[in-house]
Amino acid sequence: MIPLSYYLILSATLFAIGTAGVFMRRNLITILLSIEIMLNAVNLSFVAFGRAAGDLDGQIITFFVMTVAAAEAAVGLALVIALFRHKESLNPDAFTSLKW
Amino acid sequence: MDFTPYLRPAAIGVMIFITFNALIIASAILVLAERKIMGFIQQRYGPYLVGPWGLMQPFADILKLLFKEELRPKGADKWLFTLAPVLAIVTAFVAFATVPFGAQTDLFGLLDEPIKLGISDVNVGVLVVFAVTSMGVYGIVLAGWSSNSKYALFGGLRASAQMISYELAYATSLAAVIMLAGSLSLREVVDRQQGYWDLFGVLPVPKWYVFLQPFGFLIYVIAGVAETNRAPFDFPEAEQELVAGFNTEYSSVRFAMFPQAEYINMVTMSAVATDLFLGGWHGPFLPPEYGWIWFLVKVGLILFAYIWVRWTVPRYRYDQLMTFGWKWLFPAAVLNLIVTAALVLYFNA
Amino acid sequence: MPETFAFYMFAAIAVGASVLVIGQRNPMYSVLLLIASFGALSGLYIQLDAPFVAVAQIIIYAGAIMVLFLFVVMLLNAPREDAAEWDRTHPLRLPGVTRWGTLLAGLLIVQLAMALGKMSELGAPVAGRSDAATIGSVTELGRSLFTRHTFAFEATSILILVAMIGATVLARREDQ
Repeated sequence: MIPLSYYLILSATLFAIGTAGVFMRRNLITILLSIEIMLNAVNLSFVAFGRAAGDLDGQIITFFVMTVAAAEAAVGLALVIALFRHKESLNPDAFTSLKW
Repeated sequence: MDFTPYLRPAAIGVMIFITFNALIIASAILVLAERKIMGFIQQRYGPYLVGPWGLMQPFADILKLLFKEELRPKGADKWLFTLAPVLAIVTAFVAFATVPFGAQTDLFGLLDEPIKLGISDVNVGVLVVFAVTSMGVYGIVLAGWSSNSKYALFGGLRASAQMISYELAYATSLAAVIMLAGSLSLREVVDRQQGYWDLFGVLPVPKWYVFLQPFGFLIYVIAGVAETNRAPFDFPEAEQELVAGFNTEYSSVRFAMFPQAEYINMVTMSAVATDLFLGGWHGPFLPPEYGWIWFLVKVGLILFAYIWVRWTVPRYRYDQLMTFGWKWLFPAAVLNLIVTAALVLYFNA
Repeated sequence: MPETFAFYMFAAIAVGASVLVIGQRNPMYSVLLLIASFGALSGLYIQLDAPFVAVAQIIIYAGAIMVLFLFVVMLLNAPREDAAEWDRTHPLRLPGVTRWGTLLAGLLIVQLAMALGKMSELGAPVAGRSDAATIGSVTELGRSLFTRHTFAFEATSILILVAMIGATVLARREDQ
């Protein structure tokens, strides 16, 4: 039997990996992928807590998280395409024209 | 030694082994059946030289493919080029995992507890089939991309766009049947199609869902044909337009995986259509333990219809195909779902 | 015993694939590794008596969102190298910062693990309890989703509509 804390530690590790990806990577698509990792980590933690509490709400929240992740991935990728058409580059450091 | 505690796992193991091999043999039989039926539709004999009535033709084909040279284009991505056919064939096999093909059997009294004929029975079985089929897109799109060739890339992108577009109509027509059956497990859907109605007291009509959902059946079959990239929706691998589409650069074993995956997908689609709409393994004269014979007959009929349609109907152009999928089939499936929901609510009120 | 083995296997695949996602140069490989990670997470959901969430994860995440990512990577022909020269000037790549940052991240994870391990309420085994069938039941999920959470459900449908329109408009080519 797996204690709840194992699932939570796994979720925290995945979340940390996702955050590290967002900070370290200089490629817009990989940054979006790291955000998806973070959302998945959160989903796992919701389902684990929901199971421990014997409640269905944990699983229901994951549907909404997945839906929001899908919407955000779609709009984010559309933005990436639009940005790429402007500058032919996927590096976020190339889009610093608003920096003072 | 007392073998009885090992009988049940052994029986399940043998059943899985037989199913796995049956799928492979089915794809071989389909190769021959397709060419023979194509021949007869075109008013000629199909292959008849190799073995009696051409029965050894699939073996000849497979031997020929195995002895060909394994090519890989210079610019092709090393890992993805090999991963793509692996993905295609693995998803094709796994999709059959939750499809039941027979009632329970206790092996003529050998087992204390009967085993259900089907590899597994999960309570979300229909969704598992759908999920694994939607993973089949990756095999094709990766094949197109990793070949580093423009024909392959176009074929791959078109095939995957077509597959994800027709998944919508596929899932929506499934949802209507699930609403009627009240369960996501394929075995339960089949079990609810037992029995007969008495039409006007004279005609016993089997309680299959195809009679309750004729349009749903039609939509499901059309979406299934489009999902497996078969004619009239096989533009992505059309010989006349795109050389060979996404598998242009493949040869020998890696190539053989793609048509095999396609045939196994056909078998899975037919099996799921039989389970959902045609009553699965229920049939008139046989006792329930031999229901799998009826199952094979029904799946065979649907496969025959697949091949028949391929060689009768001209091919859709790609934009016609996408227009049909989005503007006609998906709204029809949604309408079917709404009407079914309304009728279920009305008759259960 | 098989559950523990399954948990460790899925956890190892999820963490390993995620680390490779962020450490990979080629965006195409990153997407495929992330699909592997999602598959492992789906296995974990099945262990947590949530079969519907597991299948929904494969259908939505691995089957739809990742296909979208794959299409965009192929459309943009995303550069393989990830511009290595930019990475050398990136602040987090300087040796001192990297070392201390990694050490700090590692310490935080260890601390979190110790804290979570010490809390006794979290020690109870999660799966395999008696209410396994009802808590994963699709009927119950549907009932709860359409009665208690109706507003959120309808709001998400509007959200998806807005996202669809937004993505179509944003990705359009500028016509002169």
